[in-house]
Amino acid sequence: MNLAQLPVGASAAIQAYPQAGPAFTRLREMGMLPGTRVTLVRVAPLGDPIEIQVRGYRLSLRKSEASQVELAPEPPAAT
Amino acid sequence: MSAPSPAPAAPRSAPVYALVGNPNCGKSTLFNALTGLKQKVGNYPGVTVERKVGTAYTQHGQPLTLIDLPGAYSLAARSPDEAVTRDVLLGRRADTPTPDRIICIADATNLERNLYLVHQILDLGRPVILVLNMMDLAAQAGLTVRADHLSRELGIPVIPCEAAHGKGLIELKLALSRPDLPLPRHAWDIPAALAPAVSELQASLSAQDGKAPLVARAEALLLLTDPDPVRVAGSTPLSAATARILESWKQRWSSDGTDCSGTLVAARYDAIGRLARETIVPPATGAHPTAADATLALSDRIDAVATHPVWGWVIFASIMATMFLGIFTLAGIPMGWIESLMGWLGDHVSALLPPGDFHDLVIDGALAGIGGVIIFLPQILILFFFIGLLESTGYMARAAFIMDRVMSRVGLNGKSFIPLLSSYACAIPGIMAARTIEEPKDRLATILVAPFMSCSARLPVYLLLIAALVSSNEVPLGTQVGLMLLMYFLGTAGAFAFAWLFKKTLLRGAPPLMIMELPPYRLPRLRDVAWQMWERGAVFVKRAGTVILALSIVLWFLANFPKPPAVAEGEPPVDALAHSFAGRAGHAIEPLIAPLGFDWRIGIGLIQSFAAREVFNSSMGVIFAVEESDDEAATQAHLRDALRTAVRPDGTPLFTPLVCLSLMVFYVFAMQCISTIAVVKRETAGWKWPLFQLAYMTGTAWLACFILYQVGRALGF
Repeated sequence: MNLAQLPVGASAAIQAYPQAGPAFTRLREMGMLPGTRVTLVRVAPLGDPIEIQVRGYRLSLRKSEASQVELAPEPPAAT
Repeated sequence: MSAPSPAPAAPRSAPVYALVGNPNCGKSTLFNALTGLKQKVGNYPGVTVERKVGTAYTQHGQPLTLIDLPGAYSLAARSPDEAVTRDVLLGRRADTPTPDRIICIADATNLERNLYLVHQILDLGRPVILVLNMMDLAAQAGLTVRADHLSRELGIPVIPCEAAHGKGLIELKLALSRPDLPLPRHAWDIPAALAPAVSELQASLSAQDGKAPLVARAEALLLLTDPDPVRVAGSTPLSAATARILESWKQRWSSDGTDCSGTLVAARYDAIGRLARETIVPPATGAHPTAADATLALSDRIDAVATHPVWGWVIFASIMATMFLGIFTLAGIPMGWIESLMGWLGDHVSALLPPGDFHDLVIDGALAGIGGVIIFLPQILILFFFIGLLESTGYMARAAFIMDRVMSRVGLNGKSFIPLLSSYACAIPGIMAARTIEEPKDRLATILVAPFMSCSARLPVYLLLIAALVSSNEVPLGTQVGLMLLMYFLGTAGAFAFAWLFKKTLLRGAPPLMIMELPPYRLPRLRDVAWQMWERGAVFVKRAGTVILALSIVLWFLANFPKPPAVAEGEPPVDALAHSFAGRAGHAIEPLIAPLGFDWRIGIGLIQSFAAREVFNSSMGVIFAVEESDDEAATQAHLRDALRTAVRPDGTPLFTPLVCLSLMVFYVFAMQCISTIAVVKRETAGWKWPLFQLAYMTGTAWLACFILYQVGRALGF
């Protein structure tokens, strides 16, 4: 599953995303690293971009980037 | 890396401090509090980044120079703003002294992410003072911030502060007084996999690029974080030797799969995470699982409405409508005052000067020109009042969040919406508002298309031409509304089409980043809002105003010289305007505009419109010798009748419906405003873009009118 597919309100840990590219360099520097937990807070009224919570603050990014952020599979019973 | 030895005493002349921090951490508030009115706003040469320098005083009254660097998330720059911050801190800019000391400001409610930039800055090996701002909000959220612990760990003064309430300022100024500010005790483990590369790059940067050892190390770390950072004019390039070393390491890593940037950032966040956990003590008990959630709870309740699929749009539309009506209508009141004041001033000065060319130059040239500059101030101040409110409350980011999808269709991002909307009132404040767009290409595209939005100066021209176009004396409401809407639609469509085109061609680049922090909602700081209004107004008057004044005097001269020859009694007088340079220019451009249906008299109107588009009406009034009366409606009616009865030399009517329509379309697309040219020059830091804009917009207008008029003629209109 990737970040763009995360349901609203759900959390997961980041597994990996592309190394190269200015967007991903910046996402890393904003604290999104493998293992970091992110929560999908809401989706903009028109369906894009999305708002996530990471390291205690809120960040918005477009689905085009979010869909390349792979999330670690969660155990099914996770709440 | 370095022993905690005292830094050399501050140099005898005023020491230079840089103020650095993330966006939204209260940096401007702190800068204003420290420098008061002693600030200078300018531009970094060759870059469209604003340079703010002020004088502050230590607690002991010693003056110091404080550079307010643009907000940055990282020294691995991703925007020109961040590139300037990086270059000043690394001493790469010849136009700015390398700061002796650095004041870092961090948001205590969001310490972990804020510490990332601080962590990079500690690498530089200069004395650093860390200000933890928004301590009150952190306390409200139940967080205990152990500033003393952070101070011990980093070996630098850490000062808790509430810049918005002036708390902590004395402690900060006391720290500024210290002659023995320690160097950071900053040791962090560079990942072993990267250490050889860092050493090799550091050695080369020292030897080949002439960097001081610690700066060389910091530069090496930045190169590995982002091998292809944003560069701006004024920053020195990398030496070939160092670039070769970097390239060979990159090749080695790409073959063995080492993610140098990711490894480095992760190592920093490991160190930061530990520091943050030790510094921030979350509430012992509480309903919220993490303390950060508490600060966000209120914001979330607001956002549940403000970004709601229905209410979000209602709120957005209401705010935008209020702002637009504010610039469009409310500004009219002070604008009326300014006009009366300038009129009163003109009358008084007029009485003092003997009639003659000097009198006319002062009254019609200089005074009218000054009036033409300050007339924009109400709109600029009102717009920046709203922008200040929206930015300081945090709504600006939400507006961009909900509009992003729409604007992304033409390759722009959500932040272009407000500048374009404001341009319906006037392109001047709209273009100035484009500075809220960080992405330089998006900013430029927005500036380039903003004048297509039909501004209020075009309204009188549209109304006159619509009145001249219909045959009855009362314009049917449907026709008027329909034609007006058509003009607004044409301008808007032109703006979006060209924005799309520019982003596909001229301003093509990496897909725009829409990685935007959504800061928690906060109460606005009216003092900062007022400050920003004053600053924008002053920048406009000083930077754009002088150009506008000079150009309006030139226009005045062209419309008044040479003087018509004296004529003998009984002979028809020579029309002064037709005889002037402007009149001759009207004749000169006639072959060019004839295919659009315009003659030389309309040509004069087009040229005079550069002062302001509505001057077309008074220009027509002069050319067709319409009597002015105090009754504005009557003057309008006379003017309309004069246009209707105007004929070409062959006796056919000049203002046929097709010509009126063509002329309106010309006004939609053409760039005919010296004030806009002046403000684009100021905002893009040069003449290149305003001249390009003048050429492409006027070219578009010509082409559109050419097609319209020629097709219309062929169809028998």
